[in-house]
Amino acid sequence: MKLLYEKSQAGRRGLAVPKPDLPVPDVPAELARKQPPRLPELAEPEVLRHFTELSTRNFGIDTGFYPLGSCTMKYNPRVNERVVALPGFARLHPLVEDEAAQGALELEWELQEILREVTGLDAVSLQPAAGSQGELTGLMLFHAYFADRGEGEQRRRVVIPDTAHGTNPASVTMAGYELTGVKTDERGNIDVDDLRGKVDERTAGLMLTNPSTLGLFDENIEEIRDIFHGAGALMYYDGANLNAVCGISRPGDMGFDVVHINLHKTFSQPHGGGGPGGGPIAVREPLEPFLPVPVVARDGDAYRLDYERPKSIGKVRAFSGPFGVFVRSYAFMRAYGPALREMSEAAVLNANYLRARLKDAYELPFDRLCMHEFVLSARHLKREHGITALDVAKRLMDYGFHPPTVYFPLIVPEALMIEPTETEAKETLDAFVDAMLAIAREAADDPELLKEAPHHRPVRRLDEVRAVKQPVVRYRFEEHPAAQGSGERQLEVQRGA
Amino acid sequence: MAANESYPDDLLYHPEHDWARIDGDEAVLGITWYAQDALGELVHFEPPSDGATVTKDASYGEVESVKAVSDLISPLSGELVEVNQAVVDAPELVNDDPYGEGWLIRIRLTNPSERDQLLDVGAYRKVLEQQ
Amino acid sequence: MSYLSLTAADREAMLAAVGVDSVEELFRDIPAAVRFGRPLDVPPALAEAELTRRLEELAAKNVVDEVSFLGAGIYDHYVPAVVDAVLQRGELLTAYTPYQPEMSQGVLQAIFEYQTAICELTGMDVSNASGYDGATVAADACYVAKHATGRAKIVVTEATNPQVRQVVKTYAPGFGLEVVEVPHDAGATDPDRLREAASDAAAVIFQQPNFFGCLEPAPDLAAAANDAGALPIAHVDLVSLGILEAPGTYGCALAIGEGQAAGNAMSYGGPHYGFLAARSDYIRRLPGRIVGETVDAAGERGYVLTLQTREQHIRREKATSNITTNQTLLALAGLVHLSLLGPQGLRELGETCLALADYAKRRLQEAGLEPVFPERATFKEFAVRAGRSGRDAVTAARKRGVYPGYPLGRDYAGLDDALLVAVTEQRTVDEIDRLAEALAS
Repeated sequence: MKLLYEKSQAGRRGLAVPKPDLPVPDVPAELARKQPPRLPELAEPEVLRHFTELSTRNFGIDTGFYPLGSCTMKYNPRVNERVVALPGFARLHPLVEDEAAQGALELEWELQEILREVTGLDAVSLQPAAGSQGELTGLMLFHAYFADRGEGEQRRRVVIPDTAHGTNPASVTMAGYELTGVKTDERGNIDVDDLRGKVDERTAGLMLTNPSTLGLFDENIEEIRDIFHGAGALMYYDGANLNAVCGISRPGDMGFDVVHINLHKTFSQPHGGGGPGGGPIAVREPLEPFLPVPVVARDGDAYRLDYERPKSIGKVRAFSGPFGVFVRSYAFMRAYGPALREMSEAAVLNANYLRARLKDAYELPFDRLCMHEFVLSARHLKREHGITALDVAKRLMDYGFHPPTVYFPLIVPEALMIEPTETEAKETLDAFVDAMLAIAREAADDPELLKEAPHHRPVRRLDEVRAVKQPVVRYRFEEHPAAQGSGERQLEVQRGA
Repeated sequence: MAANESYPDDLLYHPEHDWARIDGDEAVLGITWYAQDALGELVHFEPPSDGATVTKDASYGEVESVKAVSDLISPLSGELVEVNQAVVDAPELVNDDPYGEGWLIRIRLTNPSERDQLLDVGAYRKVLEQQ
Repeated sequence: MSYLSLTAADREAMLAAVGVDSVEELFRDIPAAVRFGRPLDVPPALAEAELTRRLEELAAKNVVDEVSFLGAGIYDHYVPAVVDAVLQRGELLTAYTPYQPEMSQGVLQAIFEYQTAICELTGMDVSNASGYDGATVAADACYVAKHATGRAKIVVTEATNPQVRQVVKTYAPGFGLEVVEVPHDAGATDPDRLREAASDAAAVIFQQPNFFGCLEPAPDLAAAANDAGALPIAHVDLVSLGILEAPGTYGCALAIGEGQAAGNAMSYGGPHYGFLAARSDYIRRLPGRIVGETVDAAGERGYVLTLQTREQHIRREKATSNITTNQTLLALAGLVHLSLLGPQGLRELGETCLALADYAKRRLQEAGLEPVFPERATFKEFAVRAGRSGRDAVTAARKRGVYPGYPLGRDYAGLDDALLVAVTEQRTVDEIDRLAEALAS
């Protein structure tokens, strides 16, 4: 399929711009653009057709089953798209006086209240733009809290299990902390014996997802809490797996002091091919003074943004956060009400159903009830037939499914991490099971079919090695002189009356 | 074209899947067949800079495949003498010939007795059995 | 609950397959002490029609019908209808990050086209697939500069957006960086003062046009940074890059900014997208995703995420950033907008903003409001003395249905009586006349 730049024809326009009958002042010569940018020159219908064609080469939740572990690819309700586009939200500038934004502030307030209840904690900041940014903000809060108590220099270490998302150690480094790793035991829990020796007065805290990336609830969570709080350290909850436990167990009750929630996972903000997301954080009372600024405050029926926060860590993102994401999440929560609990129950049932039906054809490293996701291993397929988790994933595409997450968590070889979510029908799950069983048979009978998969997508298997060794990261106009478009022409320059 | 699995007798091995070939008061270092197989086709080699000192059990550089990064753990301590520029230019040489053309760096040993702490091929094979 | 399909019959069959008697039993691994034992105390569930009414009620409490001259980093530019149509394609809207490229050629090609557009506009060699917003990409750029130079200081001009500076200062301690500000000099920055401050800096960040809408001597600022061995980082407005020179052509190492003006509704501050582009020297240090071109097993061109070993899911604690989720859909909106405009349209958009802002400056001057920085050329925005506090000027103008601008006294000493007035192509001559009347009184 051609690129926009290859379809471009000199002189075409897709959008007219108002041209008032006014003189255009000169820009100082040394600051003025000499060569026009080589943006595409296309008429409106061509642009729409181009992006429509691109969409047909893509697969979304709207297209089919998308069981990516730890991503929570649930149905994105369409009413949310309608309400976020209401002019009262879309046309609101973030710097208007609070008095002109009462609807937005009320929505933020209510969203915060719901998150407080779901997490079991005391105060919320909606500012972080993604889970990773929530993690970094949470670690900055750790830092501020301990510095305030005179323990900042002393507590330099954060403990992370070997099953953690890569974002956790990356956030630790960005926050200026040192990483201490802890192992996972054969039940899939944190190895408490390994943990005990690693937590002391030099520890700032723990970062944990619970249930973990294995889809397992840590059975020793109370003991873990006692170890960390006993040493004067804090506990950070990575909310990536919150979909398993809404209304069933709250991170605040588990002992966590800071929590981030992924609005684009648990609360249905569409992933948009990589983003946007939202990573609000909830904290226990002692950490509230350090929250990013501004904080949403309420005086009776009026809402305002409070900037008088002397102990705040500062700002991690402009304004109060990604407001459009709040609108969708708020709408999602209002659609469920207290039945958010049923959402989690259905997610956990769907996952256990798949686990039960697949555990014989594939290896199940941790044979216990799972939560909203579980991990299989294709190790036996590799040993017996040379078929890897990657081959299974590519072949699933031919059956019309998006593959699950592969090669994560790192402690399971040839890992396949499967999270169906609550919005899938039983027939879809059964069809997925049938495909997985068929692929296990194909691994034995016709391994080449899997090695060369996918066969039925817009492209065959792509050469990722070449993309790294010879990085081509933009269209090379210099290699395609015919496609220069207006590059060398003098553009028509408007000079008014 | 990746090589067949092998572990030469005349090398000394480190449990982190690195090898050393002693050559007088110098040594040549590289990674084993197991390491290159686990990583997949290598796409990048980040060597130490000129004049660097290399320390036993510490990282002296990195190799990358498309999907993984691995620290290079030095079996021995020494001063950097030479980097294999051929591998910098074509990292996949390590997959093709991990013990020959795929050598990574040459060092002048600063503590030759460290060689006694390394594994011979038999002991290294035992380490592999446990992977 | 209409998002769930499980019937009682489904549940029964599935529980049987799992080998438990009830849904409750599925949670038996959770210790009793941490079980939540009551219904969630949240507002009751609403059916779709009621839900819509509730959201409409909230939207109606926001005031959006005033003629607005508010800018200060977020602008009222027209977002074409084709942008909305593209964003509503479910295959794009509801897709995940394109880690499985054969399922995601649509998103991957679109990001490649976006990266190309950003490189063209900024004069750089490589762009990432977006950052969170125009403020956090500044922090990202500092991290790149720290590792590229080994130095521990960042210099930022006071004339750079206050929220950008505040975010940089929030991130800096964790990065081990010190932040130093160079005060503005009558609305712009003195290159000599900058050169002095930058002597041991990893990077210098300046904004063009700056927060006051004034045009900085950008090539001289870049040269001053380069002289000092610091990376020049320009924070720029995409809409200005049809008529202002690209940072890559005057010596900058990185170009960053807030992309909202291209393709995104204002939406009370987000979601939007930050862009970050760099010279090829820095490609391995770049945070965020990068899409690259390749071929498939049949020799056909295709696109994949590339250089992933920079990123958190592989390099973990040594990653160039912890970023995972970014702002792809919003960046895609920007690409669509820019594709509709083309180079001619982008130039005209810039010229219309220049022309209308210039007219506004003259009309306000006639009404007794003098420019704060009369010696400076400006783009799209300028500061005027309101003859009273900025806040009072806002209150007075709003009574006449006009939101006149941003009170600069919030962020800058000596500017309590100053308003920052933004004029985009969405404003008309009549509306500008109304502004002058509203502020003259």
